[in-house]
Amino acid sequence: MSEMWTAKLRNKWQKNLPIEKLLPDDQPAYVVSWIYVFGVLTLAALAMIILSGIILAFEGPAWYHISDTGLFVNSLHFWSVQMFFVFMVVHLWGKYWMAAWRGNRFRTWATGAVAFVASIATAFTGYLVQTNFDSQWISFEAKDGFNAMGIGAFFNVTNLGQMLLLHVAFLPLLLGVITVIHVLMVRRRGVVPPIDAEPLLSGVER
Amino acid sequence: MTFSKEAKHAFDAAPWAGKTKRYDIVKEGSIAVALVAIAAIVLSLVMGSPDEKPLTFKGWAVSNADNFYVTAVQEIAGTSGSATYGGPYNKASDGLNVGPFWLQKWAGVTHPIDTVNEFVIAPLSTQVMSTEIASALATWKAASDSQKQTWAATYDDAITKADGKLADVAAGAYGPVPALAQGLTDMAKGGALDAALLSQGGFFQTDNTKQILFFGDGSYLDDAGTTANLQGGTWGMMNETGRYPGQAWLWLYSFWYQIPPFNNEESKPIGANADAYIMVLMGLLSLGLILIPVIPGIKSLPMRIPIHRGIWRQYYDANGIKRRKK
Repeated sequence: MSEMWTAKLRNKWQKNLPIEKLLPDDQPAYVVSWIYVFGVLTLAALAMIILSGIILAFEGPAWYHISDTGLFVNSLHFWSVQMFFVFMVVHLWGKYWMAAWRGNRFRTWATGAVAFVASIATAFTGYLVQTNFDSQWISFEAKDGFNAMGIGAFFNVTNLGQMLLLHVAFLPLLLGVITVIHVLMVRRRGVVPPIDAEPLLSGVER
Repeated sequence: MTFSKEAKHAFDAAPWAGKTKRYDIVKEGSIAVALVAIAAIVLSLVMGSPDEKPLTFKGWAVSNADNFYVTAVQEIAGTSGSATYGGPYNKASDGLNVGPFWLQKWAGVTHPIDTVNEFVIAPLSTQVMSTEIASALATWKAASDSQKQTWAATYDDAITKADGKLADVAAGAYGPVPALAQGLTDMAKGGALDAALLSQGGFFQTDNTKQILFFGDGSYLDDAGTTANLQGGTWGMMNETGRYPGQAWLWLYSFWYQIPPFNNEESKPIGANADAYIMVLMGLLSLGLILIPVIPGIKSLPMRIPIHRGIWRQYYDANGIKRRKK
């Protein structure tokens, strides 16, 4: 039985991330700072982005030009993105100054940083599919950088259809998967102890 | 008290064995979503979101007919920005490079654009036109390539010599080129060019590359970008139209365009290839962000600059932990 891939995966999961870690009801006493809320606020803003984005996707990219409701949902999407980046940047700086990669948490940091870069790409394609003057301008200006690297050969910022599909399908999926992995890693490793924390206070031998 | 690196690492990696406190992760998440939702709703109701109408060829030709006309001539003569761009649109230039890496050229022509035929002749051919334009079009189509090039280049040169002032252009052997440019200008003024450029004789279409490139060849789009404070040389990459915040997270990308040698096109090799160098630079910096935990110096700064003393003040105070010298 232990040879089964399914059993191996389940055993590994249960060992590394039991449900008590995934949905904890306690946490280390040192987790007392406003900086800690920015991670969950980032996730909350992402949830708002996805929700408003799904509504926009159902109605199409030109809906908000002609409908007050559309404009409101587009505004929800827009401001959620703005908040998402503010929260994420504060979260990122906070984690940097906490050296939050300590204690085998390198991959937690790395997935967070990749999520940041993926977010920029996703937001960028969002600006390209606004179907307004701004997206005309951004696509004309941005093409040069991508073309200069040969990326424009397969990532054409002036192609509305391509950018729209990437914005509503591939990039959110990519960002979503990275985010889930990042959060699971946070839950698995726990919140990094304070710099200068005393091992002896926690019963760990010198 | 000092601890070995290994002991500290083992301590940081081990599950926390010290004091804990109650924590409701689901409640915290729900409150966060509610707060963000309220903030987004309030901002949306009060501020709305940007939606500046897109520019049209009709708007361009009506507001600045001469500039549109001159741009049309450049598309015919092959001297416009699009016609001389290089990859991925044509082979008119090698494009940008970073040292020995000519990625733009190596990527090839994946979105071929023939400015004279696709920007001018094909759209004109879709129209019911005056006898003069129909005759010019027939003359053009019947002429040899070298004849076409001679007509167009001669006219384009004459316009350049007259500093773009059409009334001052000397008479010459320009063949049907003036009539074609005038026909396209009239077509644009009537609004027909917007649809014709997009559809290119087809029905379904989702690619705006040709329209965007044609737009950028004239001054209409550029002037509108300047008016909206969107130019790259003035941090425009981070800006949005109207009173709205833009992509502020692109500040570092935008920063390089403000300083030498990146902001000087004459400066070789970096300024002349700024778009390529900045992409490489930002790629490396992004990689650096991911790898911060293993970069000497950068990874130690949080230990040396005691911002963490503020973050975990309560823990340090409660346990009487003083800052250690690094």
